[in-house]
Amino acid sequence: MREGLRQSMAWLHTWSGLLVCWVLLLIFMAGTSAYYRDEITLWMKPELHASAAATASLPPAAIAAQTVAVLQERAPKATAWYIGLPNERNPVVQASWTLPPKKGMSMAERRAAFRKQNVTLDPASGLEVPQARDTRGGEFLYRMHFDLYYMSAIWGRWIVGICAMFMLVAIISGVITHKRIFKDFFTFRPKKGQRSWLDAHNATAVLALPFHLMITYTGIVTLMFMYMGAPTQALYKGDQQAMFAEVFPDNERVKPAKVAAPLADLGPMLAQAQARWGQPVARIVVNQPNDANATVQLVRPSGQQLSNIEPSMTFSGVTGALIASTAEPSGVSSMRRAFYGLHVAHFADTVLRALFFLCGLAGCAMVATGALLWGVKERQKYAKVVAKGGRVGFGVRLVDALNIGAIAGLPIAFGVYFWSNRLLPLAFENRAAMEANCFFMAWGAAMLLAQIQPSRAMWRFQLIVGALLLAGVPLLNVFTTDTHLGATLFGPAGLRPVAAFDLVVCALGALLGYAAWWLKRKEQKAAGKRAEPAPSSTLVQKEAA
Amino acid sequence: MTITVDRRYRLGVAARAVAAIGGGYLLAAVASTLLGVLLATLLPLSRADAVSLATMLAFVIYPCAVLWVFATASAGRAWAGILGASALLGGVLWLTGGLA
Repeated sequence: MREGLRQSMAWLHTWSGLLVCWVLLLIFMAGTSAYYRDEITLWMKPELHASAAATASLPPAAIAAQTVAVLQERAPKATAWYIGLPNERNPVVQASWTLPPKKGMSMAERRAAFRKQNVTLDPASGLEVPQARDTRGGEFLYRMHFDLYYMSAIWGRWIVGICAMFMLVAIISGVITHKRIFKDFFTFRPKKGQRSWLDAHNATAVLALPFHLMITYTGIVTLMFMYMGAPTQALYKGDQQAMFAEVFPDNERVKPAKVAAPLADLGPMLAQAQARWGQPVARIVVNQPNDANATVQLVRPSGQQLSNIEPSMTFSGVTGALIASTAEPSGVSSMRRAFYGLHVAHFADTVLRALFFLCGLAGCAMVATGALLWGVKERQKYAKVVAKGGRVGFGVRLVDALNIGAIAGLPIAFGVYFWSNRLLPLAFENRAAMEANCFFMAWGAAMLLAQIQPSRAMWRFQLIVGALLLAGVPLLNVFTTDTHLGATLFGPAGLRPVAAFDLVVCALGALLGYAAWWLKRKEQKAAGKRAEPAPSSTLVQKEAA
Repeated sequence: MTITVDRRYRLGVAARAVAAIGGGYLLAAVASTLLGVLLATLLPLSRADAVSLATMLAFVIYPCAVLWVFATASAGRAWAGILGASALLGGVLWLTGGLA
């Protein structure tokens, strides 16, 4: 911009990063938690823990028959039934359905209605589990990371998309400005003020650089047809529905014949699919049940491949005959699906999932240290003014406050979300929405307090509140459920996810506590130095230089 | 003197930001559309594959355009480059009939 390429890229890196970093932190934190969406949901529905602890399970055909019987009773006129069979991450049977949309229903109303149209079955008994508490669990965090909240999903996705583009530009320009990207990765100079923040930013960014680049780009790719409509406009003459039908053929809708016909038994279909695949079916979709045009789609677990394609077999819902199986996708289609798959990491087993989670945390750390670095650098321009008792500029104050509210405030919001799940009365009207409101009320309060008093003490206060909330989660679980750590760690294997949630959240709380303690020590050291007049003035001059 | 320099600088930054965000999007849209049309006609790719690949590449072109806008010597050059490239590619697209 001004001097060489490296300087202009450094400028671009700074500003494209700073402008969106607080929203990015929310997206990164919520998105990282989404790797454990199912586990969070299980933790937040203690009513399901008994079923999760069950060791025996009925055979898939029996589960399917039981579920169909329940659905025939609850939603015989549905346009589709969706049945998720239990797997190692989700121990219960989950069935939901869609009804023909009523006239004049908005998309948001349809989605809200859909959330209520579901039942849960115990895989051991095949019986309906009493309705768990009204919560959206990990789904809320997952949705928030691309839909945001309190606005239409379209608006949220545009905002998230713009932030992701800024992020992409920040990442690439950040790499270009690095002269010694390899060497910097091995450099950490602790306790050196700005330089330490710089090194921490470099280390967290470079360590997981392929992940950051991948997650940002693939995130945009998951919604790319919305963000960039021009190629569709030209190749399909603007007919977006035709494009979607060709690019996403598995989502084809089945039209009803409006002639009643009994649904065939799913048992033989499941047996046929299992014999073909050599593994049990993951999901069942029944389109237009009890109609002459009914189809039954059996979906295989997507397994260990990168591509998120889920091979499926489609049967006639009336005769039970095989109609079609998914074709081998083309090269480009495989690539797009692999990008999608990489983003959601559906293929990740326990270790790989943990690694993705850690990379996500590194992403949070990268965004946070980058934001802090700007404040530290900028404040030095005011070092002399502050030494004379003056005040820092408006921009520094604003960024400091936003940093406190985002970096220390967001963990508080997460903590309050988990606590509200256990403490809000079960009979509360619109309980799930109230939990979400608790998240944002806590975050709003943290942001507001930070704006009023953006000081070291505020940093410490918010870090400690976040630490107590998160580290207290196992304790909260002891007092509000029977599935405390003792039961989940040493009890049946189905409860391990609940234990893992307790432990990981507690560890994150401990990390926040450590940060608060570190700040306190730093302050005491600074106070000690101030007591000796001579070195302190040289220090200020040195930092200003 | 310093005020005018400062103002010039700020205006330059604003001009580049608009060129990067708006102009970059325009260039990415035109370039990816042309690419999609060419892929569908010249290569044995289906329409669905051409549109997917072109749209994916749009988000490689876009950040590159943004970086170039901020790397080039002046805001004027940035605007000229973005608009010139968009016009050129748009012209080719028009010749292929993709703009009809």
